[in-house]
Amino acid sequence: MYTLVKIELYKIFRKWRTYIGFMAIGVLVPVIQIAMYFQGAHYLEFITRSFKDNFVFVGNLLNGYLIAYIILGSLTIHIPFLIALVSGDLLAGEATAGTYRMLITRPISRMKLVTAKFISGLIYTNLLVLWLAIISLGLGVIIFGVGELIVIKDAIIIFAQNDILWRFAFAYASAALSMSVVCALGFLFSSLVENAIGPIVTTMTVIIIFTIFSAINIDFFRTIKPYLFTNYMSTWQLVFDAPIDYDEIIKNLLVLAGHIIGFFGITLFLFKRKDILT
Amino acid sequence: MQKVIEVQNLTKKFKELTAVNNLDLNVYRGDIFGFLGPNGAGKSTTIRMLTTLINPSSGTIKIFDKSLKQNRNEILRKVGAIVEKPDFYGYLSAYKNLEILGQISGCDTSNKRIMEILETVGLEKRAKSKVKTFSHGMKQRLGLGQALLHDPELIILDEPTTGLDPQGMKEIRELIIHLSKEKQKTIFLSSHILSEVELVANRMIIINKGTTVVEGTVQDLLNATHLKVTFEINEIEKTKSLLAETQWQKKIESFGDYQILFLLEKEEIAPLNKFLVERGIGVHSIVPKRSLEEYFLLLTEKGT
Repeated sequence: MYTLVKIELYKIFRKWRTYIGFMAIGVLVPVIQIAMYFQGAHYLEFITRSFKDNFVFVGNLLNGYLIAYIILGSLTIHIPFLIALVSGDLLAGEATAGTYRMLITRPISRMKLVTAKFISGLIYTNLLVLWLAIISLGLGVIIFGVGELIVIKDAIIIFAQNDILWRFAFAYASAALSMSVVCALGFLFSSLVENAIGPIVTTMTVIIIFTIFSAINIDFFRTIKPYLFTNYMSTWQLVFDAPIDYDEIIKNLLVLAGHIIGFFGITLFLFKRKDILT
Repeated sequence: MQKVIEVQNLTKKFKELTAVNNLDLNVYRGDIFGFLGPNGAGKSTTIRMLTTLINPSSGTIKIFDKSLKQNRNEILRKVGAIVEKPDFYGYLSAYKNLEILGQISGCDTSNKRIMEILETVGLEKRAKSKVKTFSHGMKQRLGLGQALLHDPELIILDEPTTGLDPQGMKEIRELIIHLSKEKQKTIFLSSHILSEVELVANRMIIINKGTTVVEGTVQDLLNATHLKVTFEINEIEKTKSLLAETQWQKKIESFGDYQILFLLEKEEIAPLNKFLVERGIGVHSIVPKRSLEEYFLLLTEKGT
């Protein structure tokens, strides 16, 4: 299995499309950081304006932690596309290239082959989230320095400087799990078709539709909301609650993990029976 | 003789379409087995079932006397195949493609072995070139290389000369004969070009619409067929009148300005020639057409 995963990773990282995600994050995040560097004070004033009458904010609030928090919130919506770009290609790309015929006539089981590809997809996904963490948190701290983290939800929460890093580690790990669901979904669609464009578009369509359903606050959608995996993709935000509702977090993470296993299980089931006609 | 491939009642249905219908075939050790049929006859579907790319709807496949379904990996370790046109990772070199496929197969992927294979198929000088820069012929040769990489006992080749120039076709034919005679490999060679199979195979099967039309040794099938023989003569009208009312009349297929085409048994050529010469007809040439080609067309046309 180790050799197979190594080969799959080699193939993934020899394709230029793999680097689109890393380049997009590598460009987009610094641009946001530069914009915040020059106009962040206005932004901070905007988000704290309703509290100004009752609170006095002192210290370096526009710091690397706040910037990383804002970026994590905005990019978890867009990163799925970058993940689908690779996961949707993992199996369908072999069909398009005609290389299925070479692979599947080898003396390895389809189960092993699919598992190796999926593990490689997960590794790519997690590397992308790690890259996001390095760029947004690492570069943010370098540019803006450190300080307390102000989070405004239903209430205003301020985290002490020494109480922040572990929360980010937990948040990125949760985000990685959410993105792994996207990877698993893209991989499932990838096993069904012979062209990578279909799985990429379908994965994004599902995510967009589910996200819209999750956001509409009427009874019908509230009923189906618990069954939409997108509802659990912002679990990382719960890490920045005080106190943290660990039961809720664990439940959400289990639901996400369940989706990963479920999507992968369906992929395996279908792929083992698939006739390779390309 | 030991059976290498034994197929019984093999059927593959795609919804309403039956691509392969109760096919039986046997390939013996050391055979160069020609698998013939017109386009769409079910050859590629059969090969895809033999290489586990698709699942049969019914029937059994035994390779090396073991069920393919139950011993897939063990069997595929001893099988090399080109299924339709060989496609590779175009963004990787020929060397890297072979290395990856070898590692997946769990076989020797040392530099020596890979270069040896590339040399066998005449690509050693392009080892480090990306496959996307290769011509179709070079990809075919690399395809043969990947099929030989793990030194298989059985080699399945699906139309291996498609798209090759005459020199390339000759090289592949020579390689097939070399693999059979020198390396004792069993070759399963699919083609829709009968002359290609006729030149290398010892046994063959012709299928059409997924069903066996005829199976046997190439020699037997050759002998069992009539020959289309063209006699080039000097006096067509005189010959016509001489042949009228004789046993040869009903063997005539057509007339040309100076040619008569007969459908004959092999043994009838000499007596006919004697008959004409003794009656003062100048016979300039006697040209038999490739009998098996005609036979093939006859059989497959019958089925359509």
